[in-house]
Amino acid sequence: MSTLAHVLEANGLATVALGSVRGQLESTAPPRGLFCDFPLGRPLGKPDDADFQHRVLAHAFAMLERTEPGIEAFSEVISDESEVLSCPMPPRAESDEHPAVVEARALRPAYERTIARYGERLGAFRLMGPDEVPAAIATFAAVAGGAPWRDAGIPGIPARVVQDIRGYYEAAAVSLADHTPSAFEATRWFQHETEAGQAILGAKREMEAQGAKPGLWQYLTTGAAAD
Amino acid sequence: MDGLEPAIFENTAFTTPKPLSESTVAILTSAALHHPEQPGFDPRDTSFRKLDAARRDYRLGHWSQDVDQVGFGVDYNVVFPIDRLDELAANGTIGAVSDLHLAYAGNQFEVEGIRLDSGPEGAKVLLDAGVDVVLLTPV
Repeated sequence: MSTLAHVLEANGLATVALGSVRGQLESTAPPRGLFCDFPLGRPLGKPDDADFQHRVLAHAFAMLERTEPGIEAFSEVISDESEVLSCPMPPRAESDEHPAVVEARALRPAYERTIARYGERLGAFRLMGPDEVPAAIATFAAVAGGAPWRDAGIPGIPARVVQDIRGYYEAAAVSLADHTPSAFEATRWFQHETEAGQAILGAKREMEAQGAKPGLWQYLTTGAAAD
Repeated sequence: MDGLEPAIFENTAFTTPKPLSESTVAILTSAALHHPEQPGFDPRDTSFRKLDAARRDYRLGHWSQDVDQVGFGVDYNVVFPIDRLDELAANGTIGAVSDLHLAYAGNQFEVEGIRLDSGPEGAKVLLDAGVDVVLLTPV
């Protein structure tokens, strides 16, 4: 981000760069940097809060009055409170399939409600669509059960596949929850409270035990959603 | 973000803009946003996508697991404050909102391609669009 700020300024464009990681902002020293102590993924701070977002923008644009490069800090802080979303799960059909697969199918109506309301801004669209999510979860469940990870049929680089599964679950969570989730609240729910999250966590442990390269399993979960 | 080596610039370029109320403003985000018909970003993709200011069908293509995605899902303005810019243009705080904006993919392990190629190319796109001020938003 700061690299681009330097390049743009060198080409005659004035810039203000927002940044949520103070150390990174300081080390890359953009011409005008506004440190906003917000969770990663929400650089304007609060969704559905136009007044808050305007306060961030007001500070950012005021920095255009500076006569020399510098970094300032926005006065308000948003802390990650480590909440875990409470999500009423829809009823599941009787099935011989893995519980995580049944769970994913049961979440499809909630997923569709979110997509209908907000569009496909989050969800499953990187490597697969929502139709493929249950089968993808089944491959991780198989690995968690001890199947060789190379032969399980994971439909792509494991961490990228998990991005779509997580996106599917988080989209469903938006419709199931009674409030807009705080940062990583839905991620914690997915990672710790769902059958799919447990299957992926089990697959991660099993892949490590099977000797897979760390880069293939360590990004299946995120530390941002750790307990 | 740990382990990523920052680019070091010995001299900081600095452009003094004209008054904000006369400036055309664009957003440049490193959130790997793209429209549905545009290709997504591979993890080491240093190119950019042009985002149409008249549309709102932006997808979040960032690959990092350590980024909250739900906030953007319910309100794209939390990453890409295009509605806020429209409001600032309507009340005269800024001169105008650019018709196009740019998205790159952040968390790159190697930024030389951005510094030398796609960054200057993006700057030209913005200058050709009449942009004066750029708000850079990460994810």
